Amino acid sequence: MTARIGVVTFPGSLDDRDTQRAIRLAGAEPVALWHKDKNLHQVDAVVLPGGFSYGDYLRAGAISRFSPVMEPVIEQAKAGLPVLGICNGFQILTEAHLLPGGMLGNDHLHFICRDQKLRVENAATSWTSDYSAGQEIHIPLKNMDGRYVADQYTLDKLEAEGRVAFRYLDFNPNGSLNDIAGITNEAGNVVGLMPHPEHAVEPLIGSGRTDGLPFFTSILKKLVNA
Amino acid sequence: MARVVVDVMLKPEILDPQGQAVQRALPRLGFEGISDVRQGKRFELEVDGPVDDAVLARIHDLAESFLANTVIEDFTVRVDEVAEAAK
Repeated sequence: MTARIGVVTFPGSLDDRDTQRAIRLAGAEPVALWHKDKNLHQVDAVVLPGGFSYGDYLRAGAISRFSPVMEPVIEQAKAGLPVLGICNGFQILTEAHLLPGGMLGNDHLHFICRDQKLRVENAATSWTSDYSAGQEIHIPLKNMDGRYVADQYTLDKLEAEGRVAFRYLDFNPNGSLNDIAGITNEAGNVVGLMPHPEHAVEPLIGSGRTDGLPFFTSILKKLVNA
Repeated sequence: MARVVVDVMLKPEILDPQGQAVQRALPRLGFEGISDVRQGKRFELEVDGPVDDAVLARIHDLAESFLANTVIEDFTVRVDEVAEAAK
Protein backbone atom coordinates (compact mmCIF):
# COMPACT_ATOMS: atom_id res chain seq x y z
CA MET A 1 0.00 0.00 0.00
CA THR A 2 1.29 3.40 -0.89
CA ALA A 3 0.82 6.75 0.80
CA ARG A 4 -2.31 8.80 0.23
CA ILE A 5 -1.60 12.50 -0.22
CA GLY A 6 -4.48 14.96 -0.26
CA VAL A 7 -4.53 17.97 -2.56
CA VAL A 8 -7.03 20.67 -1.62
CA THR A 9 -8.97 22.46 -4.33
CA PHE A 10 -10.15 25.94 -3.30
CA PRO A 11 -12.26 28.19 -5.53
CA GLY A 12 -9.52 29.68 -7.72
CA SER A 13 -6.88 26.97 -7.24
CA LEU A 14 -4.88 26.48 -10.47
CA ASP A 15 -2.27 23.84 -9.83
CA ASP A 16 -4.25 21.19 -8.00
CA ARG A 17 -4.25 18.81 -10.99
CA ASP A 18 -0.53 19.31 -11.68
CA THR A 19 0.14 18.58 -8.02
CA GLN A 20 -1.94 15.39 -8.15
CA ARG A 21 0.03 14.37 -11.23
CA ALA A 22 3.36 15.01 -9.50
CA ILE A 23 2.25 12.90 -6.54
CA ARG A 24 1.27 10.07 -8.88
CA LEU A 25 4.59 10.28 -10.76
CA ALA A 26 6.43 9.97 -7.45
CA GLY A 27 4.54 6.75 -6.77
CA ALA A 28 2.01 7.92 -4.18
CA GLU A 29 -1.76 8.11 -4.46
CA PRO A 30 -3.24 11.61 -4.85
CA VAL A 31 -6.55 12.24 -3.09
CA ALA A 32 -8.66 15.20 -4.19
CA LEU A 33 -9.87 17.23 -1.21
CA TRP A 34 -12.52 19.94 -1.54
CA HIS A 35 -12.42 23.25 0.34
CA LYS A 36 -15.78 22.41 1.93
CA ASP A 37 -14.61 19.03 3.27
CA LYS A 38 -14.88 18.88 7.03
CA ASN A 39 -12.47 15.95 7.32
CA LEU A 40 -9.34 14.89 5.48
CA HIS A 41 -10.48 11.38 4.44
CA GLN A 42 -7.60 9.75 6.35
CA VAL A 43 -4.88 11.09 4.06
CA ASP A 44 -1.28 10.78 5.23
CA ALA A 45 -0.24 14.26 4.10
CA VAL A 46 -1.78 17.36 2.52
CA VAL A 47 -0.65 19.74 -0.22
CA LEU A 48 -2.19 23.20 -0.53
CA PRO A 49 -1.61 23.99 -4.20
CA GLY A 50 -0.91 27.18 -6.13
CA GLY A 51 -3.43 29.49 -7.71
CA PHE A 52 -5.44 32.53 -6.79
CA SER A 53 -8.01 31.24 -4.34
CA TYR A 54 -10.82 33.74 -3.81
CA GLY A 55 -9.07 36.00 -6.31
CA ASP A 56 -6.50 36.95 -3.67
CA TYR A 57 -9.21 39.28 -2.32
CA LEU A 58 -8.45 40.93 1.03
CA ARG A 59 -4.98 39.34 1.11
CA ALA A 60 -3.64 36.29 -0.71
CA GLY A 61 -4.85 33.25 1.24
CA ALA A 62 -6.81 35.28 3.79
CA ILE A 63 -10.24 33.94 2.88
CA SER A 64 -9.18 30.35 2.07
CA ARG A 65 -7.59 30.16 5.48
CA PHE A 66 -11.13 30.08 6.92
CA SER A 67 -12.41 27.33 4.57
CA PRO A 68 -13.99 24.35 6.35
CA VAL A 69 -11.16 22.06 5.21
CA MET A 70 -8.58 24.26 6.91
CA GLU A 71 -9.92 23.46 10.34
CA PRO A 72 -8.72 19.81 10.28
CA VAL A 73 -5.62 20.82 8.30
CA ILE A 74 -4.56 23.30 11.01
CA GLU A 75 -5.45 20.95 13.84
CA GLN A 76 -3.64 17.95 12.35
CA ALA A 77 -0.64 19.96 11.11
CA LYS A 78 -0.04 21.01 14.70
CA ALA A 79 -0.14 17.31 15.64
CA GLY A 80 2.45 16.40 13.00
CA LEU A 81 0.55 15.84 9.74
CA PRO A 82 2.92 16.71 6.87
CA VAL A 83 1.61 19.76 4.98
CA LEU A 84 3.20 21.42 1.96
CA GLY A 85 2.03 24.84 0.74
CA ILE A 86 3.07 25.86 -2.75
CA CYS A 87 2.71 29.52 -3.79
CA ASN A 88 -0.90 30.32 -2.83
CA GLY A 89 -0.65 27.36 -0.45
CA PHE A 90 2.35 29.02 1.23
CA GLN A 91 0.31 32.23 1.53
CA ILE A 92 -2.54 30.26 3.14
CA LEU A 93 -0.11 28.66 5.62
CA THR A 94 1.18 32.08 6.74
CA GLU A 95 -2.37 33.42 7.00
CA ALA A 96 -3.26 30.38 9.11
CA HIS A 97 -0.17 31.08 11.26
CA LEU A 98 1.12 27.57 10.69
CA LEU A 99 4.22 29.31 9.35
CA PRO A 100 5.56 32.62 10.67
CA GLY A 101 5.75 35.87 8.71
CA GLY A 102 3.54 37.05 5.88
CA MET A 103 3.38 37.39 2.10
CA LEU A 104 3.04 40.71 0.28
CA GLY A 105 3.05 41.97 -3.31
CA ASN A 106 6.30 41.67 -5.26
CA ASP A 107 8.42 44.77 -4.65
CA HIS A 108 8.45 45.60 -8.39
CA LEU A 109 4.60 45.45 -8.46
CA HIS A 110 4.53 43.05 -11.45
CA PHE A 111 3.54 39.44 -11.91
CA ILE A 112 6.66 37.36 -12.43
CA CYS A 113 7.09 34.05 -14.24
CA ARG A 114 10.56 32.57 -14.62
CA ASP A 115 12.75 29.56 -14.17
CA GLN A 116 14.22 30.22 -10.73
CA LYS A 117 17.46 28.99 -9.23
CA LEU A 118 17.18 28.00 -5.56
CA ARG A 119 19.42 26.57 -2.90
CA VAL A 120 18.01 23.87 -0.65
CA GLU A 121 19.03 25.06 2.80
CA ASN A 122 17.29 22.43 4.89
CA ALA A 123 17.15 18.83 3.68
CA ALA A 124 15.82 17.50 6.98
CA THR A 125 12.11 18.35 6.58
CA SER A 126 9.39 15.86 5.64
CA TRP A 127 9.31 17.36 2.14
CA THR A 128 13.04 17.84 1.40
CA SER A 129 14.85 14.70 2.57
CA ASP A 130 15.57 13.54 -0.99
CA TYR A 131 17.65 16.69 -1.55
CA SER A 132 21.01 17.34 0.01
CA ALA A 133 21.62 20.49 2.02
CA GLY A 134 23.23 23.12 -0.19
CA GLN A 135 21.94 21.53 -3.41
CA GLU A 136 21.11 24.01 -6.17
CA ILE A 137 17.91 23.41 -8.12
CA HIS A 138 15.89 25.13 -10.84
CA ILE A 139 12.11 25.20 -10.58
CA PRO A 140 9.50 27.56 -12.04
CA LEU A 141 8.29 30.59 -10.11
CA LYS A 142 5.09 32.45 -10.99
CA ASN A 143 3.39 34.86 -8.67
CA MET A 144 2.17 38.33 -7.83
CA ASP A 145 2.47 38.23 -4.03
CA GLY A 146 5.77 36.51 -3.42
CA ARG A 147 7.51 38.92 -1.06
CA TYR A 148 8.20 37.14 2.20
CA VAL A 149 8.29 39.51 5.19
CA ALA A 150 8.72 38.98 8.92
CA ASP A 151 9.99 41.06 11.80
CA GLN A 152 13.69 40.96 12.60
CA TYR A 153 13.19 38.70 15.62
CA THR A 154 11.38 36.10 13.48
CA LEU A 155 13.98 36.31 10.71
CA ASP A 156 16.83 35.86 13.18
CA LYS A 157 15.02 32.91 14.75
CA LEU A 158 14.36 31.25 11.36
CA GLU A 159 18.02 31.68 10.37
CA ALA A 160 19.36 30.46 13.71
CA GLU A 161 17.15 27.37 13.70
CA GLY A 162 17.85 26.47 10.06
CA ARG A 163 14.22 26.99 9.16
CA VAL A 164 14.86 28.83 5.91
CA ALA A 165 14.27 25.79 3.72
CA PHE A 166 14.90 27.41 0.32
CA ARG A 167 16.70 30.56 -0.74
CA TYR A 168 16.63 32.41 -4.06
CA LEU A 169 20.00 32.30 -5.81
CA ASP A 170 21.52 34.87 -8.20
CA PHE A 171 18.33 36.95 -8.33
CA ASN A 172 15.75 37.91 -5.74
CA PRO A 173 12.53 37.91 -7.80
CA ASN A 174 10.21 39.71 -5.38
CA GLY A 175 12.06 41.51 -2.61
CA SER A 176 11.71 38.68 -0.09
CA LEU A 177 13.71 39.39 3.06
CA ASN A 178 16.95 37.36 3.33
CA ASP A 179 16.19 35.97 -0.19
CA ILE A 180 13.75 33.56 1.45
CA ALA A 181 11.89 31.32 -1.03
CA GLY A 182 10.50 28.86 1.50
CA ILE A 183 10.46 28.05 5.18
CA THR A 184 9.57 25.22 7.52
CA ASN A 185 7.93 25.05 10.93
CA GLU A 186 9.91 23.95 13.96
CA ALA A 187 8.94 20.29 13.63
CA GLY A 188 9.74 20.13 9.92
CA ASN A 189 6.35 18.74 8.92
CA VAL A 190 4.93 22.01 7.56
CA VAL A 191 6.80 23.55 4.62
CA GLY A 192 5.82 26.45 2.38
CA LEU A 193 7.53 27.92 -0.67
CA MET A 194 6.67 30.25 -3.53
CA PRO A 195 8.24 28.35 -6.48
CA HIS A 196 6.40 25.41 -8.02
CA PRO A 197 8.07 21.99 -7.69
CA GLU A 198 4.98 20.31 -9.22
CA HIS A 199 5.82 22.01 -12.54
CA ALA A 200 9.27 20.43 -12.67
CA VAL A 201 8.65 16.70 -12.47
CA GLU A 202 8.81 15.52 -16.09
CA PRO A 203 11.69 15.90 -18.55
CA LEU A 204 9.26 16.57 -21.40
CA ILE A 205 7.74 19.68 -19.83
CA GLY A 206 9.11 23.12 -19.06
CA SER A 207 12.85 23.45 -18.57
CA GLY A 208 13.29 19.71 -19.03
CA ARG A 209 14.52 19.33 -15.48
CA THR A 210 12.89 17.23 -12.82
CA ASP A 211 14.27 19.20 -9.88
CA GLY A 212 10.84 19.39 -8.22
CA LEU A 213 10.22 15.65 -8.03
CA PRO A 214 12.21 15.08 -4.79
CA PHE A 215 9.52 16.98 -2.85
CA PHE A 216 7.09 14.22 -3.63
CA THR A 217 9.53 11.30 -3.33
CA SER A 218 10.73 12.71 0.02
CA ILE A 219 7.28 12.64 1.55
CA LEU A 220 6.50 9.24 0.04
CA LYS A 221 9.62 7.71 1.59
CA LYS A 222 8.85 9.28 4.93
CA LEU A 223 5.28 7.96 4.94
CA VAL A 224 6.07 4.50 3.64
CA ASN A 225 8.97 4.03 6.06
CA ALA A 226 6.94 5.40 8.96
CA MET B 1 -27.96 51.47 10.94
CA ALA B 2 -24.59 52.76 12.00
CA ARG B 3 -21.25 52.68 10.29
CA VAL B 4 -18.04 51.38 11.79
CA VAL B 5 -14.80 52.05 9.94
CA VAL B 6 -11.80 49.75 10.12
CA ASP B 7 -8.57 51.22 8.75
CA VAL B 8 -5.75 48.80 7.97
CA MET B 9 -2.18 49.91 7.29
CA LEU B 10 1.02 47.98 6.68
CA LYS B 11 3.23 48.15 9.74
CA PRO B 12 5.58 51.14 9.50
CA GLU B 13 8.71 49.01 9.09
CA ILE B 14 7.33 47.11 6.08
CA LEU B 15 8.17 48.37 2.62
CA ASP B 16 5.15 49.69 0.70
CA PRO B 17 6.07 49.72 -3.01
CA GLN B 18 2.57 50.92 -4.03
CA GLY B 19 2.84 53.93 -1.74
CA GLN B 20 6.31 54.63 -3.10
CA ALA B 21 5.04 54.50 -6.69
CA VAL B 22 2.31 56.99 -5.79
CA GLN B 23 4.82 59.25 -4.04
CA ARG B 24 7.16 59.20 -7.04
CA ALA B 25 4.32 60.24 -9.35
CA LEU B 26 3.50 63.36 -7.31
CA PRO B 27 6.22 65.72 -8.60
CA ARG B 28 5.15 64.97 -12.19
CA LEU B 29 1.64 66.07 -11.22
CA GLY B 30 2.92 69.30 -9.75
CA PHE B 31 2.66 68.20 -6.11
CA GLU B 32 5.86 69.08 -4.34
CA GLY B 33 6.78 68.63 -0.72
CA ILE B 34 5.30 65.16 -0.10
CA SER B 35 8.14 63.08 1.26
CA ASP B 36 6.33 59.78 1.79
CA VAL B 37 3.06 58.05 0.88
CA ARG B 38 1.75 54.85 2.43
CA GLN B 39 -1.30 53.10 1.07
CA GLY B 40 -3.77 51.23 3.23
CA LYS B 41 -7.26 49.74 3.23
CA ARG B 42 -10.49 51.09 4.63
CA PHE B 43 -13.46 48.86 5.46
CA GLU B 44 -16.89 50.41 6.08
CA LEU B 45 -19.14 48.09 8.06
CA GLU B 46 -22.86 48.91 8.11
CA VAL B 47 -24.12 47.60 11.43
CA ASP B 48 -27.76 46.71 12.10
CA GLY B 49 -28.90 48.34 15.35
CA PRO B 50 -26.93 50.49 17.76
CA VAL B 51 -23.16 50.29 18.02
CA ASP B 52 -22.43 49.61 21.66
CA ASP B 53 -19.23 48.44 23.33
CA ALA B 54 -20.11 44.79 22.77
CA VAL B 55 -20.53 45.34 19.01
CA LEU B 56 -17.30 47.30 18.83
CA ALA B 57 -15.49 44.53 20.70
CA ARG B 58 -16.76 41.95 18.21
CA ILE B 59 -15.68 44.10 15.27
CA HIS B 60 -12.29 44.53 16.91
CA ASP B 61 -11.97 40.73 17.05
CA LEU B 62 -13.04 40.48 13.42
CA ALA B 63 -10.47 43.07 12.38
CA GLU B 64 -7.75 41.33 14.34
CA SER B 65 -8.45 37.85 13.00
CA PHE B 66 -9.60 38.54 9.45
CA LEU B 67 -9.63 42.10 8.06
CA ALA B 68 -6.02 42.63 9.09
CA ASN B 69 -3.12 40.21 9.34
CA THR B 70 -1.44 41.54 12.45
CA VAL B 71 1.83 39.88 11.48
CA ILE B 72 2.22 42.55 8.79
CA GLU B 73 -0.54 45.10 9.40
CA ASP B 74 -1.90 47.46 12.07
CA PHE B 75 -5.57 48.41 12.30
CA THR B 76 -7.91 50.88 14.00
CA VAL B 77 -11.65 50.57 14.64
CA ARG B 78 -13.91 53.63 15.01
CA VAL B 79 -17.54 54.64 14.69
CA ASP B 80 -18.09 56.91 11.69
CA GLU B 81 -19.29 60.06 13.49
CA VAL B 82 -20.13 61.91 10.25
CA ALA B 83 -22.44 59.14 9.09
CA GLU B 84 -23.97 59.08 12.58
CA ALA B 85 -24.56 62.87 12.64
CA ALA B 86 -26.14 62.94 9.16
CA LYS B 87 -28.99 60.69 10.26
